[in-house]
Amino acid sequence: MSSDRRDFVLTAGKLLVLTAPAAAYLEAVETGKAEEPAYKMAEHYWGMIVDVDKCIGCGNCVRACKTENDVPVEPYFFRTWVERYHVAEGAEHPDVDSPDGGYSGFPEKYAAGDGAKSFFVPKLCNQCAHSPCTQVCPVGATFESPDGAVLVDKSYCLGCRYCVQACPYGCRFIDPRTKTVDKCNLCYHRITKGLTTACCESCPTGARQLVDLKDPKDPVHDFLRDHKIQVLKPQLATGAKVYYNGLDGSVR
Amino acid sequence: MAGLFAAGVVLFLILKAVLVPKGFGVYGHYRAGALADNRVRAPRFAGRSACIECHTDERDAWKGGKHAGVGCEACHGALAKHAEDPSASNAFKPDPNTICFTCHLTNAAKPRKFPQIDPKNHFDGGACNGCHSPHAPDKEPKK
Repeated sequence: MSSDRRDFVLTAGKLLVLTAPAAAYLEAVETGKAEEPAYKMAEHYWGMIVDVDKCIGCGNCVRACKTENDVPVEPYFFRTWVERYHVAEGAEHPDVDSPDGGYSGFPEKYAAGDGAKSFFVPKLCNQCAHSPCTQVCPVGATFESPDGAVLVDKSYCLGCRYCVQACPYGCRFIDPRTKTVDKCNLCYHRITKGLTTACCESCPTGARQLVDLKDPKDPVHDFLRDHKIQVLKPQLATGAKVYYNGLDGSVR
Repeated sequence: MAGLFAAGVVLFLILKAVLVPKGFGVYGHYRAGALADNRVRAPRFAGRSACIECHTDERDAWKGGKHAGVGCEACHGALAKHAEDPSASNAFKPDPNTICFTCHLTNAAKPRKFPQIDPKNHFDGGACNGCHSPHAPDKEPKK
């Protein structure tokens, strides 16, 4: 009797294990091949480099992003924007402004040689590896893709705004047309076709560069070795993958 | 009692099959099809390599100059449609006195090394490209 039970458990266990590959196979057969052969997610891991010392605040990236990604032009919706910092010597807090997110450039506001330091900082979704925004989504409509981009499933988003509040960098907004969340997806439709992002394509000084951390030939590895790199709000341990060179301590 | 339990399990399985979208959980706690949804849109910026495939004269003028790092569409606008079908739309020809100052107008927050122009003491009212070649301003002056 005991031997029968043992046999039953063994057979049942084997059958149970077999159901997972069988289900996966059935899924693949039903949906066709899940992945395009030209782009293999496992071979990429995306991030970005921002060189603060090269940013001239022209706003090309903001305009290009809005064009490429159909972001509403009203100045409350940005997938990427540029901030101007003005830090007076010894000041506790910097003055930060971003007129229309930098869409129309930055009209001169400060006099040269006023004793303060002033610079531009481009901002975008930091494509965090341990993202707070994906952790709070109640329905799994935003997630970290296997190739390192934080994406939104627009057909599944409820528009509950939890993720908008969770993002410590303020990178998300609710699209007024669809009432679902939108954010920088690192031009996922471009980078998976072998192109760079719209902001990198139109940045005239190379202040922003798309990087593939899994590509050993990507010059990013030299750049990361040769420069002192910082991410925004490292104390939050979000695993941000937008690496800033020349970032001032006043930048939040 | 066992029948009620079995009915509950069956009901749960049916509800789960109906409510959980296809492909959910393949890669993680999300719908696998969302990856393809994010990929599907057509690019609007063609990329500089697409431009210089045809525009070889401009490529030769532009390569090796100070503006070699500036993409074509940074000044000429998004042109994926034109790259697909050259007769569809033409490249935007920017007004030199606007487009040049988009980058080169003096501003205290710009990096010091970046060449900046104050129109008060440089600009004589003429067009920038009267003296400077826009594709390669440091190569031979235009006149």
